[in-house]
Amino acid sequence: MHTAIVIVVVLLVVISIAAGLIWVERRLLALWQDRLGPNRVGPLGLMQVLADMIKIFFKEDWIPPFADKAVFIIAPAITMVTTLLSFAFIPWAPNFVVFDSNFGILFFLGFSSLGVYSVVLAGWSSNNKYSLLGGMRASAQMLTYEVFMGISLMGVVMMADSFSFSAIVKAQQHMWFFIPQFAGFVVFFIAGIAETHRLPFDIPEAEGELVAGYHTEYSGMKFGMFFVGEYMGITLISAIIATLFFGGWLGPSFLPPFVWFFLKTFFFIGVFILLRAGLPRPRYDQLMEFGWKILFPLSLVNLLVTAAVLLFIK
Amino acid sequence: MYSILRTLWLTFLHLFHKSETVEYPEVKPYLAPRYRGRIVLTRDSDMNERCVACNLCAAACPTDCISLQAAEGPDGRRYPEFFRINFSRCIFCGLCEEACPTYAIQLVPDFEMGEYDRQNLVYEKENLLISGQGKYPDYNFYKQAGVDMGVKKKGEGENEEKPVDTKTLLP
Repeated sequence: MHTAIVIVVVLLVVISIAAGLIWVERRLLALWQDRLGPNRVGPLGLMQVLADMIKIFFKEDWIPPFADKAVFIIAPAITMVTTLLSFAFIPWAPNFVVFDSNFGILFFLGFSSLGVYSVVLAGWSSNNKYSLLGGMRASAQMLTYEVFMGISLMGVVMMADSFSFSAIVKAQQHMWFFIPQFAGFVVFFIAGIAETHRLPFDIPEAEGELVAGYHTEYSGMKFGMFFVGEYMGITLISAIIATLFFGGWLGPSFLPPFVWFFLKTFFFIGVFILLRAGLPRPRYDQLMEFGWKILFPLSLVNLLVTAAVLLFIK
Repeated sequence: MYSILRTLWLTFLHLFHKSETVEYPEVKPYLAPRYRGRIVLTRDSDMNERCVACNLCAAACPTDCISLQAAEGPDGRRYPEFFRINFSRCIFCGLCEEACPTYAIQLVPDFEMGEYDRQNLVYEKENLLISGQGKYPDYNFYKQAGVDMGVKKKGEGENEEKPVDTKTLLP
């Protein structure tokens, strides 16, 4: 019964946060560009989300005749499902987690790898040059950053002696892991941006070059699912950074653990949006070079040094 | 690396800057006096129509949205029988204003001309003609140098010299 309640709460909260992020992002971006953003619909423009939802639900859901129909329909669902499944392992508060697995981190990494299928299949089934280019870029980028995304987390896993998110949170009671694992945090953060293909690393979409990349041919709610999936990805990566490196729900007791968890998560969501407001998109080869030549060795060195220090202490 | 962090910090500081947005329907933007907006036909200081129906504006118009028909009054003055501007075609370039020899046609700082019905964007003479002098007060075409149309005597206009008496030998 407890699990059922948790599942419903997590599902509702995550999806409404993802939808609400549309408004948050537009308002924050506007502020950082000296504009106001959507402020007409409802108080502070909050009903903009509702208006957008109504609009996108009533849009024509068109499947191009040249597309591979079955794959075309499945692709956007994959990104939603894999991202939502990853939320099952993240503890929002003590004993508030859908499935407190001993291998939570491995599940998360596995699901984010599966997320690549969504983008690749969308690009492939659209049967369109730009979509295919976008899908190809996305697969290369995500596979590259997947590698050291996992490796950068191993330092945390070694320090907490567990793959379970709850155990890692509890292991941070004395010191948040971003201090000893700063390199791991930086690498994971950058890999997280690339994994959600958010703005500095949004070359799979790259509206300046590829129209809209892999979801060029999508419309209506299928496009909406890619969109919401992207925002859920941001929420997921932010929540995981907060959990693994910033003590999750731990914090001074004048606020409940829930609030601490959400404060930290929303801080990183804000950083994601700030990155979008501030940074230009790198070239495709620069992105790969940066990944393989700098971040990958850095994460390996971080892993080795952490292992050596832990071995020396014990 | 430093420049990236600096960029982010400077972008973040924009949170505390004043927004550039003008919240339009509540706050009207400032329009310069020479803003090219709605087109009007003006009158001179005696409240007569300035337009002499010379068709230069219609000829200058790049979108051919001006249409008019010349007529002559009992005093011999030309005036437009009808004067029609199709604002759904008008691009507000202001060439008609530049072409006008009598300062009759002028563009004014007003752009709020939205209509639900396209036909309502076709303005007739009674919609265009205003009972004012527009941007050039006290200008009267007929008071300048030129033919006598009953407004001024020959040689009494502005910038006009007295007619030369061809019968005398004096310089």
